[in-house]
Amino acid sequence: MAANNNSKGFSTNSNTYTIVYAVVMVVIVAFLLAFAHSALGPTQDENVKLDTKKQILSSLNITDYTDAQAAFTKNVVKILDKTGAEKCAVADFDVTGADKNEVIYQCEVDGATKYVIPMNGNGLWGAIWGYIALNDNKSTVYGIYFNHASETAGLGAEIVKPAFCNQFKDKNIQRDSVLTSIAVVKKGQSVADKDYVDGISGGTITSSAVSVMLETNLKKFEGFLTK
Amino acid sequence: MSLSKKNKEAFLNPLTINNPVTVQVLGICSALAVTAQLEPALVMGLAVTVIVAVANVVISLLRKTIPGRIRIIVQLVVVATLVTLVSEVLKAFAYDVSVQLSVYVGLIITNCILMGRLEAFAMQNGPFESLLDGIGSGLGYAKILVIVAFFRELLGSGKLLGFDVLERFGYVNNGLMLLAPMALVICGCIIWWERAHNKDLQEK
Repeated sequence: MAANNNSKGFSTNSNTYTIVYAVVMVVIVAFLLAFAHSALGPTQDENVKLDTKKQILSSLNITDYTDAQAAFTKNVVKILDKTGAEKCAVADFDVTGADKNEVIYQCEVDGATKYVIPMNGNGLWGAIWGYIALNDNKSTVYGIYFNHASETAGLGAEIVKPAFCNQFKDKNIQRDSVLTSIAVVKKGQSVADKDYVDGISGGTITSSAVSVMLETNLKKFEGFLTK
Repeated sequence: MSLSKKNKEAFLNPLTINNPVTVQVLGICSALAVTAQLEPALVMGLAVTVIVAVANVVISLLRKTIPGRIRIIVQLVVVATLVTLVSEVLKAFAYDVSVQLSVYVGLIITNCILMGRLEAFAMQNGPFESLLDGIGSGLGYAKILVIVAFFRELLGSGKLLGFDVLERFGYVNNGLMLLAPMALVICGCIIWWERAHNKDLQEK
C-alpha cells in the first residue's frame, strides 16, 4: 500500500482528505472530459457523416475515390421521401439526422439510375444496418452494404464481408410486381416464393436478423417500390 | 541507454516468467473476445499497451497523494478517463481506427491487467519503472493474444489477417476454433508449454 503519510506530515487516511481528494479528482476529470468532448465534437460529427456517405457509396460499389464528399455529390442526385417525391436538395440533407432511415437516395452511376434504401435492425448483440442499391426497375439488387455494432468477429460479423454481400447482386426483391424481399437461409436450403442467399454458418441469429431487416425496411417503401 | 537490473526485470518479466495472461491469469475475458481474428487482437494488444503504460505513469506520479481507502476508485477513474480521452481523440482524428476499436474500448477499461499493474506495481514504484512495467505487461498480454488469434484464425477461417492461407490447400474450416472456449484451450496449451520449459513456474 502507498505511504500513509506524505512529506508534509498529515494523514492521507483522514476522512476530510479522502473526501476532498475524491471531489477534486471528479471535478478535474469531469472538466477534462467535457472539454475534450466539446472541443472534438464537431470534428467527430463530420467524420460520422463522411463515414455514412462512404457506406452509401459502398452500396453503389463505388470504392475507388480519393474524396468521399466529392464522390457522394457526384453520384447522389436526389433525396426522395417514401412516396418518391423529392424531399430536399442533397447538400441540405443530413445523412445522420432523425429521418435518415425514411428517405431514398436517387443516384446516377455511369448514366444509370439507382435507388439506395437505408436499412436498420437488431442483430444478436446490437444494432445492424445497411444500404441496398436497386437498379431503376426497383427490384434488381445492384449492390448492398451491411455493418454492425457488435456482432461476433468471425461469425455474425461476416455479414460485412464481400463473400456475403456479393451474393445479393442481381437478386430481385420483387416477384411479379409483388414485394417479396430477399431471404437469408441456411446453406443448402431454399425458398420457393422469393429470391434467397446463403446465411453464415455459426452466425444464424445475425443471418436471420439480416433477413428480417431487409423485409421490414423494404416494406416501409413498398408504395414507392411497387409503383 | 542501459537499464538497471531491476528495470530490466520490470520490463522483461511480464513478457516471459511473469506473463499477465498465462502466469497471473489476468485479462482472460478480453483474450477470449478479441482473438477470433488476428487483426483485432493486434489492435487490442497495442491499445492495452499504450493505456497501461500511461495509466501506470499517472498513478505512479500520484501514488503519494492517493488516500488508501479509495485507491481502487482513483485507479479506475484514471483508467476510465484515459480510455475515454483516447477514444474521443481517435474518433476525431483517426475515425477508421476508432470504428475498429469500438467494441474493445469498453473491454480495455475492465481489463484486469490494468488494475493489477496499477495496484501491484505503480502504487509502489517511480514513474520510469512504472512506464517500463506498463509497456512490458501490455506487450506480454499482446504476445498471448497474437498467439491465440494466430491459431484461431488459421484453423477457424483458414486465413491470416484476412488473406487466404489454408483454404487454397483444400482445408475445411473448423468452426469450433472461432468459439470462445477454444481460446481457453489454446491459453491452456500455452501455459502447459511454458511450465514444461520453465522450472521456475513449476509448483513443488
